[in-house]
Amino acid sequence: MLKVRSLKVNYGAISALKGVSFHVREGEIVTLLGANGAGKSTLLNTISGLLRPAAGEILLRDAPIHKLSPAQIVKRGISQVPEGRQVFSSLSVRDNLLLGAYHRARSAGKAEINEDIKLAEELFPILKERFSQSAGTLSGGEQQMLAIARSLMARPKILLLDEPSMGLAPIIVSGIFKTLKRLRGEGVTILLIEQNARAALSIADRGYVLETGRVAIDGSVEELLENKAVKRAYLGKGYKEVWE
Amino acid sequence: MPIWNPEIESLSRDDIAQLQLERLQAIVYRCYKNVAFYKKKFDEIKLGPEDVQSLADLRKLPFTTKADLRDSYPYGMFAVPLREIVRIHSSSGMTGLPAVVGYTRNDLKNWSDLCARIMFAAGVTRDDVIQIAFDYGIFTGGFGFHQGAERIGASVIPTSVGHTDRQVKIIKDYKTTALACTPAYAITIADKIEEMKIDPKSLSLRIGLFGAEPWSEATRTEIEERLLIKATDNYGLTEILGPGVAGECEARAGLHIQEDHFIAEIIDPETLENLPEGATGELVLTTLAKEGFPLIRHRTGDITSLNLKACGCGRTFARMARVFHRTDDMIIVRGVNIFPAQIEAVLRNLVGDLPEYQIVVESRESKDEVQLLVEVTESLFLDGMRALREFHQKLEKAVQTVLGIAIHLKLVEPSTIVRDGAAVKRVIDNR
Repeated sequence: MLKVRSLKVNYGAISALKGVSFHVREGEIVTLLGANGAGKSTLLNTISGLLRPAAGEILLRDAPIHKLSPAQIVKRGISQVPEGRQVFSSLSVRDNLLLGAYHRARSAGKAEINEDIKLAEELFPILKERFSQSAGTLSGGEQQMLAIARSLMARPKILLLDEPSMGLAPIIVSGIFKTLKRLRGEGVTILLIEQNARAALSIADRGYVLETGRVAIDGSVEELLENKAVKRAYLGKGYKEVWE
Repeated sequence: MPIWNPEIESLSRDDIAQLQLERLQAIVYRCYKNVAFYKKKFDEIKLGPEDVQSLADLRKLPFTTKADLRDSYPYGMFAVPLREIVRIHSSSGMTGLPAVVGYTRNDLKNWSDLCARIMFAAGVTRDDVIQIAFDYGIFTGGFGFHQGAERIGASVIPTSVGHTDRQVKIIKDYKTTALACTPAYAITIADKIEEMKIDPKSLSLRIGLFGAEPWSEATRTEIEERLLIKATDNYGLTEILGPGVAGECEARAGLHIQEDHFIAEIIDPETLENLPEGATGELVLTTLAKEGFPLIRHRTGDITSLNLKACGCGRTFARMARVFHRTDDMIIVRGVNIFPAQIEAVLRNLVGDLPEYQIVVESRESKDEVQLLVEVTESLFLDGMRALREFHQKLEKAVQTVLGIAIHLKLVEPSTIVRDGAAVKRVIDNR
């Protein structure tokens, strides 16, 4: 569904991505793991059209999208849940959700959008309770839920998530990840970026490990969990074995 | 016929290319980062992992040769620390230094899966009783097929090679349905069945998986007619993985290369230029998923050609033609690799300096036989018949010990071996 080929992105003289290739098949949850500075967010922001690649291509269902504007990319069915939630804190939960559907505010009827808001509330019941509250008053976990719900308002085919677990208590993370799994069951393809490798690998089908702007390892979740380099670097184990 | 992993084995060519590009970039990066040999080679030609931006860029990368593997004996080309290696196999070495190959746990799992694919393609199912009569040991044959069969869920009988009486008894009594061994050993088993006056029709055998040495279509027909089985060819080599690299499906129109794990190229062994699809040349393989012992552009020395057309079986992986020849002078007899250099070492030892010699390989009644002609000096003849006989026995035994297979030694008078110009041709392969 999504194919990225030899993507290069530069920040001035610094090259952040040095030729990254990966793909996501329809209905998959694919995770991109990596340490700070590996290029994970750069990659997502490039797919969303916020950054322009210096070389390489991004194909959505075999059509190139790397020259489109972010708004056009959202229309094609790619929605990003940005790092640090980025909710509009002075606006109400309701208005945040409505903004998620801005590109079809005219084409879709009010009824259709209200229908989607209902679906979002059903996915995250807490949002219903906070419906008229301003987003800034929500807890971190609630803001993350709102950010995901807002992205879903665009009716994406692919959801890009940038560190949804960041700064959240494990129990909240586990709840959010359960929801992601459910979304996948409902036909949403998911590309998940995480530093919390353990949480990401618990719901993903496959993954890629990014290192300084390159893919170093790819494989199924089972393979990544077995890979000693992954264990050492991202799962915080590997040195406990006696002979080490 | 069903496919073991249809999602992968019948990917579109475009998706295969995508997967290969992703994995090539990752493996080149890992090799550069973790294997000093590759870092040095890349640095020499001022190339970095970021220079691989398309599959065509593979052609810019240096080759890996058998000599490179020897020079890094034993662990020099491992890409992970030894403590992450859970299995070690090695190839037969030409000058006493084999290629040592390490497998991580993921490598073993992948190896099992790939063997399962080719064995399933040959028709093995969980209902089969499979007898593995490949050598179990440091060579990869026995373990590779064993793991693949277990992965499929067949009932595995690990008989290993030898004790042919017992092999036949097991085939008969345990109702073996599938046999995996070298084609030469299949003939030996057929001979034994005949000798023991067992009617092949009374046996349950239906499939044979053969490999590890070149074998002709005539041999295939003979094995099939004598054992009443369907025989398929398999291709693999220890440096790359072992069995599981490529195998015939039931269409038997070439061996499907497991392209999600390997990139195959065909080059002209002289000019080292890539050859187009369909052209015959040396097979070059790059491993895409190996953790322990990845190889970039490994020159296999095997002569074959590639066919990218879709196969009737539904698999989209490219097919390679059966391998009958090798580029270097290595000869494979009954699954054993023989090099003239091994024989030279023995001759130097026993004769003093190196006499002229010639290795003649013939196929007699579908069995490969090796004759070694050695020109002896007149002084040996002068010492009398008894001394000559003793020398004959001693030399024959020494060569057999080194090669690990039976040979026929023939001592001949000086200048009687046919010269090709001024030089004696070391190997005559009449198979």
